[in-house]
Amino acid sequence: MLPGAIMHVAGSYHAAGGNREGLIVVVGLGSCGIAAGGQKVRSALIEAIERRALPIQLRETGCVGMCYREVLVDVFDPQGKRFTYGNVTPERVERLATDHFESGRPVREWLVRSSEESLADDSFFAKQKRIVLRNCGIIDPESLAEYRARDGYQALEKALRRMQPEEVIQAVRDSGLRGRGGAGFPTGLKWQFARGAKGEKKYLICNGDEGDPGAFMDRSVLEGDPHTVIEGMLIAAYGIGADEGYLYVRAEYPLAVRRLRKAIADATMAGFLGEHIMGSMLTARGSEFSFQLHVKEGAGAFVCGEETALMASIEGQRGMPRLRPPFPATSGLWGKPTNINNVETYANIPWILLHGPQAFADLGTEKSKGSKVFALAGKIARGGLVEVPMGITIGEVIYEIGGGIKDGRAFKAVQMGGPSGGCIPASLADTMIDYESVTQTGAIMGSGGMVVLDETACMVEIARFFLDFTQKESCGKCTFCRIGTKRMLEILTRITQGQGQEGDIELLYDLADKVKTSSLCGLGQTAPNPVLTTLRYFREEYEAHIREKRCPAHYCRKLLVYRIDSDLCTGCTACARACPTQAISGVVKQPHLIDQARCIQCGSCVAKCRFDAVKTQ
Amino acid sequence: MERIRILKKFEPKRENLLLLLHALQKNNRQNYLMEEDLKSAAQYLSLPPSLVHGAATFYSMYSLKPRGQYIVRICQSPPCHQMGSSDLIEEASRALGVEVGETTPDGLFTLETSECLGICGVAPAMTVNEEVHGNLTPERVRAIFSEKRRAK
Repeated sequence: MLPGAIMHVAGSYHAAGGNREGLIVVVGLGSCGIAAGGQKVRSALIEAIERRALPIQLRETGCVGMCYREVLVDVFDPQGKRFTYGNVTPERVERLATDHFESGRPVREWLVRSSEESLADDSFFAKQKRIVLRNCGIIDPESLAEYRARDGYQALEKALRRMQPEEVIQAVRDSGLRGRGGAGFPTGLKWQFARGAKGEKKYLICNGDEGDPGAFMDRSVLEGDPHTVIEGMLIAAYGIGADEGYLYVRAEYPLAVRRLRKAIADATMAGFLGEHIMGSMLTARGSEFSFQLHVKEGAGAFVCGEETALMASIEGQRGMPRLRPPFPATSGLWGKPTNINNVETYANIPWILLHGPQAFADLGTEKSKGSKVFALAGKIARGGLVEVPMGITIGEVIYEIGGGIKDGRAFKAVQMGGPSGGCIPASLADTMIDYESVTQTGAIMGSGGMVVLDETACMVEIARFFLDFTQKESCGKCTFCRIGTKRMLEILTRITQGQGQEGDIELLYDLADKVKTSSLCGLGQTAPNPVLTTLRYFREEYEAHIREKRCPAHYCRKLLVYRIDSDLCTGCTACARACPTQAISGVVKQPHLIDQARCIQCGSCVAKCRFDAVKTQ
Repeated sequence: MERIRILKKFEPKRENLLLLLHALQKNNRQNYLMEEDLKSAAQYLSLPPSLVHGAATFYSMYSLKPRGQYIVRICQSPPCHQMGSSDLIEEASRALGVEVGETTPDGLFTLETSECLGICGVAPAMTVNEEVHGNLTPERVRAIFSEKRRAK
């Protein structure tokens, strides 16, 4: 971020009622910050500040995306200079307080980012373009004032004051925004269908049932900037002509639910939600617009991310998908015209209206405009949340932003799109990130999860994992999704256990085809993708498992042969004592031996050995 | 009666069924829905008991059998799995003396797994009720259980 922008951030704190004299200290308390110990750091900060009676304002913010550096603490001085500390622990707080807070000397070796100097972590941000995440990790998500100080609710005001509903829809169409939930349907067109649908009563839904393993974009946005999502929904509701809406959030995200409820209460008090929105601030036309917004918690069912299942769940039923058409735009919630978009899609809307559709369309590729948020997880050096312009390559995201692979290992593949997506091999790292290019690889853009795999990942096991997931999460309505995925899972499990047979690969292809074509909803239609992409790019790994009973990645325990390296073994006997089948023999202080006939490949000896002497083949 | 008081917080509309079940379950010290809960929810919403039972068994977060005061959910998504979550599950199982899905005899802990808790940036992760913990090691898991036992 440029120093100018940093000034602006500090400025927004001051504008929102901050102290102009002393320092402002901000703790990152998104779920990842809290999970890394953020609350304990916060308590330590309070204690250290109070003990010294320093004129410091302690504030909170959401996730800035640098999960790999949690816990993060920002320090702003009255001149607007910003110092970000990473990996902060309660123990480190004392020195921050003495050196920086009291004496004004930043602790340079703990800095990860600063307006005053360039640091190694700057490359994490250099290629990012933050539209959806523009406020995340910057404002206090529980403060409406801070959101407003960053142009919050001005896009809504602009829409109500100066735009007809049709113009709002046209602007979204012109921006080229496509649904960020996975399928990539043009958002403006979807809105137009809902606007054109017959009926007085219309509903608006925000899908926050993020459930792809490895995805946490929506959680971070809901926790870090809830008002942006609410404002995006309001603008959509105005465009479509809806007066009631639901925000459906998965039950695994209690913090997001809590912050949303507070944001809705604050926005209602301030006149941005409810009856006659912004009535006192606007002309008569604006004051005709009313919108009620409810939060609905899920209860643990991945399939509820599918739009018809989600609507059934809001209605209080089992979350089972139904046949489309009719599409929600004509017959959705309680049979009324309904528009559904996901969290990230709505979060783009205020920016598009404020900066103009062209500014959004200027970013990205011919068919994929704007930016996209990705959750980087797995074996990546810098795991976290990033937002990049469409058209950037997968390699740029992984190497330049993500800092490459952890522990200097080799990049093998990236899993994109969760259980509906697939594994893109390292050889395709030049693939551009846009809907069409990613789809060509056999994966999908999906909601934005990127699980990075290194050379130690077994691709059959990865496919098995995702099949296990979809098999468990299948609602059971369609036969092939219910039973076909189970049969596929059984075959994959057999292969990873060394009982694969000739013909298994062909059988997998056959079942995959049937599951794809005979399932009602996206969950079933895309369930075979993880298997199909790994077969496409890593078929030789399947064959090694089946024919040679060998796992090339040395992952599948049942296929490993354990041996003790006699040069490294010190004869400490730890492995022999840990072995549940007494397969290890040897004299104290002499190299030990494993009896292959007795070994059950449990791996206990590897875990116990302190000398790295147990090798696998 | 306690149950009626909870039900009355919600409008008697079917769309409130999931919220209502969450509230009833939370109110139970053993974190589950009793037969009586389902019956009264059905009565309150004027729904056939089968529909309420159907919803309660469809969603994984509801339990129809008693659970511990603390629900431990260890994430086993691919990012957590790659960062060693299976070691955490083994350690948790050893430390609590129960298998996944079981409750400790003292009724304090139930060990569960999650398909993804959505805090992959600090994998491996787990939750204890609504508390989130990340960057875990087997030792840390054990320490968190001890803290809870002491807090009892």
